[in-house]
Amino acid sequence: MYRLFHIVQKEFIQIARNKAILPLMTVVPIVQLIVLTFAANNEVKNVQLAIVNHDQSTYARQLIQKIQVSDRFILVSTPRSSKEADALMQGGEVDIVLTIPPKFEKRFYQLKSGKIQLLVNAINGQQATVGASYLSSIIQSFNKEIRSDAAPQLFVQKVNPIPRIETTNSYWYNQDLDYKYFMAPGIMGELVTILVMLLTAMNIVREREIGTIEQINVTPIKKWQFILGKMIPFLIIGFVLLTIGLTAGKLIFDVPFRGNLGIIFAYCLVNLMAVLGLGLFISNLSNTQQQAMFTTFFFVIIFILMSGLFTPIESMPKWAQYLTIPNPIAHFVNVMRSVLLKGSGFSDVWFNFWVTGILAIIFNTLAVWSYRKVS
Amino acid sequence: MTTIKAIEANLLTKRFGSFTAVDAITFDVQQGEIFGFLGANGAGKTTAIKMLIGLSRPTDGQAKVAGFDVYRQTEQIKNHIGYMSQRFSLYEDLTVKQNIRFYGGIYGLSRREIKTKTEEIVSNLELRDYSNKVVGALPLGWKQRLAFAVAGVHDPKIIFLDEPTGGVDPATRRQFWEMIYAAANQGVTIFVTTHYMDEAEYCDRISIMVDGKIEALDSPRNLKIQFEAKSMDDVFIKLARA
Repeated sequence: MYRLFHIVQKEFIQIARNKAILPLMTVVPIVQLIVLTFAANNEVKNVQLAIVNHDQSTYARQLIQKIQVSDRFILVSTPRSSKEADALMQGGEVDIVLTIPPKFEKRFYQLKSGKIQLLVNAINGQQATVGASYLSSIIQSFNKEIRSDAAPQLFVQKVNPIPRIETTNSYWYNQDLDYKYFMAPGIMGELVTILVMLLTAMNIVREREIGTIEQINVTPIKKWQFILGKMIPFLIIGFVLLTIGLTAGKLIFDVPFRGNLGIIFAYCLVNLMAVLGLGLFISNLSNTQQQAMFTTFFFVIIFILMSGLFTPIESMPKWAQYLTIPNPIAHFVNVMRSVLLKGSGFSDVWFNFWVTGILAIIFNTLAVWSYRKVS
Repeated sequence: MTTIKAIEANLLTKRFGSFTAVDAITFDVQQGEIFGFLGANGAGKTTAIKMLIGLSRPTDGQAKVAGFDVYRQTEQIKNHIGYMSQRFSLYEDLTVKQNIRFYGGIYGLSRREIKTKTEEIVSNLELRDYSNKVVGALPLGWKQRLAFAVAGVHDPKIIFLDEPTGGVDPATRRQFWEMIYAAANQGVTIFVTTHYMDEAEYCDRISIMVDGKIEALDSPRNLKIQFEAKSMDDVFIKLARA
């Protein structure tokens, strides 16, 4: 225990003396939390729209007005011909081209169905499909309005009033569909994991580069004492990071804290053990800090992209969904969101606890095993 | 049987694949002796040292250090030896005091022992004004003397020094050897590698390694007679060129 204390003490002195680590621990996470939470937004807004209006009628103008009112679309151009519109699409200037055919209004009064064409640029799949469906729903509701308001006499008696199914939505856990509530907790979890993993991965290999590891290896220190001595400081750093993240999330975004924060910190402990084990394992296998950094990036990128932070795990292919099981960031993101937004209790996130616990055992066994005092 | 040998090596061998770095070396080192371990670059000195201090597992042969086996008892060996490597291995971002405290703590010294040791080292090295400065800011010669002192922080029976004076000015090298003598006078065995032949003359006995083998082993005086050489320089060149 006494030896352990000396290692931890030494690590803290080194961390305190390192000019890069303190800002890395405070400014960087807050900046990232703010920037990512605002930027990593899946809401479809600002869809660039071109409208080709071949029918200079009241209805056509009303429809265009209705679309312009919506803040999701920006009417960038009103080309005269379809050819011009195609060129805009080709040039990537617009996402959707809406074409109102000639005699749009006239056909409507003639009780013929009116056809409006939507050309959708599907390179950005989400922008395209979601944008198109927003636009369709605007057209639908416009349709309904003109049917009932503008010309009731034409329709009410003649058309059989078949009952329509309508849906009304109520959004649980995030009533206003505020995307920031969804992103901020996930990003906090991700940030803690990544920063701690990077710091640990660079740690032992740094001692190898400088040569001090050799000096440590000729002392009678036990492997587990060395590994644990390296872990404890970073565990504490991880907790500080989480606290900073939660505070910033509350102050800046007013993220709801519906669940018990104790569960979050308890899970953070398990998660950090896993990530620290992995970081130290990488560090042990690397000869230079550069190698350690690239190896860590490899894991970090996969972990983030497959964590469900930016894209839902449920929409990944089955095999990829299984790959998210040994991903500590995926569990952290899930725990943060469930506990903070839904108020989940311990029993709801039990699965995340035990999978991460197993990961912690595996990674730390590898870390102790791969630390060789004798070559 | 009354004198326990500090180091006994018998046909100690290390191979890396088909390359034999250390080829069946056999030698003894007496307690309290200053044993010079010489050889050209790449002759296998560092590999041999690493086997003795438990950093590298021998491929073949036997060796005992402070009475402990180099295969099975490496951790016991580590309790009884100090080591100073070619590369400077104190923490440059810790102060003089913090380095002493850290290594003392790792070797299991008590708080009080650490305090007395720190006092002793700081006053012996005349580092009182610098004891709260980071080690990285000290001149190289001071760093090397401090590293030697720290290698002996737990009062080991044997201290291994791997080219301790590389790149150090002659005056500081002299001071360094005074420290070595002082330690040897207290009964500490010194096992030292060097490229400076004047330093070789300071040793009680020296061995000269060529291509993984020990080609000569005796006191500097006897070696000069044996090789009909005027100085250790000549002895070394005769052997290394052969």
